[in-house]
Amino acid sequence: MTDAPTRPMVPSSTLPGAAAPPTTDASVLVDETVRPGEPWTGVVPAGALLRIVDLEGNQAVDTLLYDAHDPTDRYSSATTVRDQGGIFLTTGSVLRSSEGGTLATIVDDTCGRHDTVGGACSAESNTCRFGHHTRHMHNCRDNFLLGLSRHGLGKRDLVPNINFFMNVPVTPDGHLDIVDGISRPGAYVELRAERDILVVISNCPQLNNPCNGWNPTPVQVLVHTATT
Amino acid sequence: MNDSNDATMPTVITDDLLSPGAYWTGRVGRGRTISFTDVEGTGGVSVLLYNAAEPSERYNAPDTVKIQNQIFLTAGMVLFSDMGRVLCSITGDTGGHHDTLAGASDAGTVDSASHGGTYQERHNERHVNTRDNLIAALGRHGLDRRDIVPPFNLFDRVEVEPDGRFTWVGPGGGPGATIDLRAEIDLLVVVSNTPHALDPSPQWATGPARITVLDRGPVATDPRTDPTPEQARGFENTDRLLALA
Repeated sequence: MTDAPTRPMVPSSTLPGAAAPPTTDASVLVDETVRPGEPWTGVVPAGALLRIVDLEGNQAVDTLLYDAHDPTDRYSSATTVRDQGGIFLTTGSVLRSSEGGTLATIVDDTCGRHDTVGGACSAESNTCRFGHHTRHMHNCRDNFLLGLSRHGLGKRDLVPNINFFMNVPVTPDGHLDIVDGISRPGAYVELRAERDILVVISNCPQLNNPCNGWNPTPVQVLVHTATT
Repeated sequence: MNDSNDATMPTVITDDLLSPGAYWTGRVGRGRTISFTDVEGTGGVSVLLYNAAEPSERYNAPDTVKIQNQIFLTAGMVLFSDMGRVLCSITGDTGGHHDTLAGASDAGTVDSASHGGTYQERHNERHVNTRDNLIAALGRHGLDRRDIVPPFNLFDRVEVEPDGRFTWVGPGGGPGATIDLRAEIDLLVVVSNTPHALDPSPQWATGPARITVLDRGPVATDPRTDPTPEQARGFENTDRLLALA
């Protein structure tokens, strides 16, 4: 159901703050820990639940979704915020595709706010934001390209993403900032796949601003079929 | 087309009036200015920009707003590509009513609204949607829906409340509002003159838009000559691309 891991995974149960697993082992399709600064990809079947746990708190999880059978139909940040009439994601938010359909619904959220505006860090945008000396620092763009490449996808498939657990307030006069997160250890968000979706995650490596609390940390990815 | 920002008279290269629902596309050379006019003050002009030489490089809304800490485009700001380069400078703007977040209408939104309508009923006054226009325009360059990202929407303002909800402000620039974009590399430009996706008007309606491409001399507000440190590094990235070519 998912790609074989490309490296050994740390069992999430050994990490502090790991969420309690759902009811039965049989219901768990995936239980992996994504180390800070690493990508993760997998297919979540229609009806299954994807839980992302911010194990140590204040960790941005850059996430893209694609129709698993037609990746040209993909998450659209603009369509998502257009249809819900606002920029923050939380329980009840419907994650829309570029063709206007539904990819997933957020069914549970103990953080309370997730970002749709800030996009992913890249080597290139880092040079503008933080200086040319940051060009060779690790970044979400690289993670996304590596994750997409496992599925035959590339740069044209990279679109503005969700940042789970990232806090980007916007004022009525248009000012925006990436500020300290409102997440905490063990906070999680849970999505129900409304069709078979390919999920590509970058567990954000950014070290130059507070989006990861200046200290990138692991997250848990749990795909299961138990209702919560 | 002259205004108080001009030190010299501009030279008009092309001047097109887009009827409601029309799209426009063109390659615009580095240094040229694309001047958009909201002729009747009705809003509803959506734009995407690409590096003409390598269209996988394209306008990037998240980088544009986060590098400049501002979602409302106006004179003195720049539009960034996903490659950390300045695609164009905003060298003039009479309104400041431009949206970067709310994206485009699509077949679903236009069909589901009370203002739907078929070609048989309306012929060329049919209510086309922004996404279909962008796909039709991109198709002229061998590009397709994989190349579509959220566009920026000229002449309509959408504010964000502290709880994240949108407040529709809409067109506020009035008839004749303009915004000028100066290409900093050779650009491929696609434009859809269609109502904003959040326009609550019960009538699908937008007025004509004018797109004038011109060569003009120095302007009063120019991020190229008076950049923020972040914009300056974006221009350095652009200049490096040009120097290596």
